[in-house]
Amino acid sequence: MTAVNEAKTTVTVTIDGKSIEARPGELLIKVAQDNGIYIPRFCWHERMKPVGMCRMCLVEVDGIRGFPPACTMPVSEAMVCHTDTDSVKAAQDGVLELLLINHPLDCPVCDRGGECPLQDTTLAFGPVESRFVEEKRHFEKPIAISDLVLLDRERCIQCARCTRFADEIAGDPLISFVDRGDHTQVLNFPDDPFSSYFSGNVVQICPVGALTAKPYRFKARPWDLATVETSCTTCAVHCRGAVQSSSNQIVRLLGVDSEPVNQGWLCDKGRFGYEHVHSAARVLTPRVGGREASWPQALDAAVAELKSAKNLHGGGAIAMIGGASGTNESAYAWARLTKGVIGTDNVDAQLGDGIAAEVVLGSDRAQISDLDNAAAIVLCAGDLKEELPVLFLRVKRAALELGVPLVDLSAAPHGLSKYVTHALGAAPGEQGLVAEQLASAIGGATPANETIAAATRSIGSREGNIVVILGRTSLAERDDTVVSAAAALGALPRVRFLSALRRSNVHGALEAGLAPGFLPGRVSLDSGRVHFTSNWGSVPAERGLGTEGILRACAEGKIHVLVLVGADPLADFPDRSLAKQALDTVGVVIAIDAFETPSNRRAKVFMPCTLWAEQGGTVTNLEGRVQRVSRKVSASGLALDDWRIASELAQRMGSDFDLETVDEITEEFSRVAPAWAGASTATIRNARDGVVLPFADHLGEVVFRRGGSSLDIEYSLSWEPIRADGDDVAVEASDVDETAEIDRTIATEDALTLFVWDRVVAPRSIPQRDAYALRVNVGRKLYDGGRIVAESPSLVGLKKAPTMLVSSADAARLGVLSGESVKATSSRGSITVELKAARGIAPGTASLGFSADGTGASELIDASVSVTDIRVETLR
Amino acid sequence: MSFTPENLARAQSVIAQYPDAHSAILPLAHIAQDQDGWLTTEAMAEIADLVGTTPADVQGVCSFYTMYKRRPCGKLVVSVCTNVTCLVVGGPEILEHLNDRYAADDDVFVEEVECLAACGNAPAMQVNYEYHEHLVPEMAAAIVDDYKSGVLQPRGVSGGLK
Repeated sequence: MTAVNEAKTTVTVTIDGKSIEARPGELLIKVAQDNGIYIPRFCWHERMKPVGMCRMCLVEVDGIRGFPPACTMPVSEAMVCHTDTDSVKAAQDGVLELLLINHPLDCPVCDRGGECPLQDTTLAFGPVESRFVEEKRHFEKPIAISDLVLLDRERCIQCARCTRFADEIAGDPLISFVDRGDHTQVLNFPDDPFSSYFSGNVVQICPVGALTAKPYRFKARPWDLATVETSCTTCAVHCRGAVQSSSNQIVRLLGVDSEPVNQGWLCDKGRFGYEHVHSAARVLTPRVGGREASWPQALDAAVAELKSAKNLHGGGAIAMIGGASGTNESAYAWARLTKGVIGTDNVDAQLGDGIAAEVVLGSDRAQISDLDNAAAIVLCAGDLKEELPVLFLRVKRAALELGVPLVDLSAAPHGLSKYVTHALGAAPGEQGLVAEQLASAIGGATPANETIAAATRSIGSREGNIVVILGRTSLAERDDTVVSAAAALGALPRVRFLSALRRSNVHGALEAGLAPGFLPGRVSLDSGRVHFTSNWGSVPAERGLGTEGILRACAEGKIHVLVLVGADPLADFPDRSLAKQALDTVGVVIAIDAFETPSNRRAKVFMPCTLWAEQGGTVTNLEGRVQRVSRKVSASGLALDDWRIASELAQRMGSDFDLETVDEITEEFSRVAPAWAGASTATIRNARDGVVLPFADHLGEVVFRRGGSSLDIEYSLSWEPIRADGDDVAVEASDVDETAEIDRTIATEDALTLFVWDRVVAPRSIPQRDAYALRVNVGRKLYDGGRIVAESPSLVGLKKAPTMLVSSADAARLGVLSGESVKATSSRGSITVELKAARGIAPGTASLGFSADGTGASELIDASVSVTDIRVETLR
Repeated sequence: MSFTPENLARAQSVIAQYPDAHSAILPLAHIAQDQDGWLTTEAMAEIADLVGTTPADVQGVCSFYTMYKRRPCGKLVVSVCTNVTCLVVGGPEILEHLNDRYAADDDVFVEEVECLAACGNAPAMQVNYEYHEHLVPEMAAAIVDDYKSGVLQPRGVSGGLK
């Protein structure tokens, strides 16, 4: 990062005769670039520290002998720089000739051919001929440095972009320069591959074809690709990306640099997970009773079940789980169908693995960028590296580069552990208690212990907000420990919450009202009743059940029709036994999904839906930012968008939504949903970084695109931070034609107030652990058994069988060797799992990964108890 | 092979000398090389663990220096200078003689090196980093033989005193 001096003054520099104002300390190459002067470079990357490695950016600076590299030269007052003199050109010629000495001319078979910075730079700045006639250096080509990335060392020009990324950005220095002189090469350690979750980024930023991604190799030529900007919806961060296709097949996703969201980076699951869209396992035809059917047959069959259940038992006999995997528009259509037409409030987008919607929607929210200048970041969530990888990068950067204290309430070691400044060491299930102690210490009470005192001091010494990253700390605990932590911390004046719910568009689904007790736009069922009754005709009379309650009611025979919209409770609900009982008992399952899953296998009606990149619309990320996702390929088979299915069902149930396009839904959503007031389709389309909800509060932050909604991503610049065009300063919405009409009336006319959580929590007690048991912490893994990993050929092999980690003291006490298989038994069931002794695990606790394929940890968890204790015995 | 208990204690005392454990990679690699006769991948992985980094990082640091041998090099590393001063007074002849003589000897690793800074008494060579100067080919061979037979006591292959 550029070392920016906070002093208010600017300096005046002259580059190629042009007088430029710049901040002192800014790098010359960046100042020039920002003012339209491109200095060629290979090693310098805006998001990483400069190294001056490739020497391509040599310039002349008056008063400095020789040719300093512009990427390591900070500007100073009255500096005069020349980038296009004959002697600079001669220097650039010389550098390029040297860089090309060992570079093979295999461009016709190189993935980078056609979008290669070395090609382009040679054409623009290089010599015409090479004088080098000797043999070039040779290496085995290419070698796999990980399961996803291949390295061709002959093509490498030693710019160190990849090694610096691995070390500085990802924190996984698993590749490094080896040997010296003309033997210098990038290499991983033997038998220790570059298995970083972020490895795909090095392929994108490589300025030559040395690093290639297995899924994209030889698939397409860059000039044949069609590109559209979108958001990745693999997790809830919604990194901006550019999805590229060739012949109606998605072949690549590039990270787009959005400052408030992902700063250009993607995780590998997001980058390569597009493969699941083209999986042969997709269900592409509707099914009724297990047999292929036409859409009218399937819709009629579903409506018949819904109508009969409603007529016989009332709307409450119908429940819906899911809706978090589609767009906001789909979520809205399903909310309107279930709450407005069917008349049930038994609707939940979460699968019992998140946090109560009240807490997520009704707390003071932080944005991702608030992490950069927070007084402190409090971690009260699962392992961010596994669940929200790009958010992990942002937190790591804040802690490591920006000096933000990291206060940790986690009960098990995680990806950020080594960056934590104050580890408060909460035991599983006790995050709430420790949070209360921290909150009362920050509030002025005597700290309960020295670590809390130290954390309180360091928070107290800093300006800014305390950002609490709030997610489900463990799937083996009920969410009440997190809820009580939120209640304690939320009472403090400068605390803001960043939700760490991970599932795709779950925040969009919650904002659309896919949670019991809520209606679209962050209003409760009661406060929105009049408003939505006038818009929709009716809303449910009383608050319904969440997923756990729905499954329990299914098991008790109280719910007759269960609608699963992209949801697989058998795999994702923490308590598999309850999910199984529910699905075995419930009369009718109606499934809307792209894949057959154990949960929807015996669905009465199966309706195939489209997936990411097959559907357009908007999505909402974990900070409440609404961004567009784009359709890039046509829908597979007969699959329809989720919203279309909801709308067709509504029509057959006698209630015509009169919504024909995604934009029409967006318009209706922003018209009726209070949090969306003013956020029209045009506003969202033109906002470079999306809009943050509630829109009325964040209007001033919106940066509008120059030149309307079009987006051109120059494929030849994919190695540099890809930025959507936008003005640097926020523009008042009223300056932009399409958004001149900001309708703030709905927030006031009907006296609708956005929901605020009252922070009332039921008193809770944590059962004593007996001395022979281990209290288990269960967290998600990035490469779990979920559909995206399972149906992406490049990712499926990365899934590891879960292991149970215990302290070496407990391993010794149990008489178990590290690496041995053991039987773990809870009150619910037992599993066989490999046990490993690991550092950082507190005695008396165990840490276990959640498989998301219906095996493993979910067999141990009882959703009705607050913590999960297990006994471990050897199989010998 | 992993560090012996004594070497592990030495390694830990070296790490304690630096504010940043990462700085101890080079001295630790010398200890490992003196112990094992070369810098094994196991040793690099263990050093990484001791200083809190990745094996790839240790490999990157160590492979930069030619004095770390990343394949077995016998008991004696014989470094013969062929830089300017030694070049004109017989360095290359010594190198050729030793290369021929020990070609099939797994205990002796003969390498050509740049200036050893012993130009005053050229030609010069080092045996496990101990200087021998003012040489002729036969004399150089006799010195190496003395090390082999135990008449002269060699240092470790990284130059450490035994």
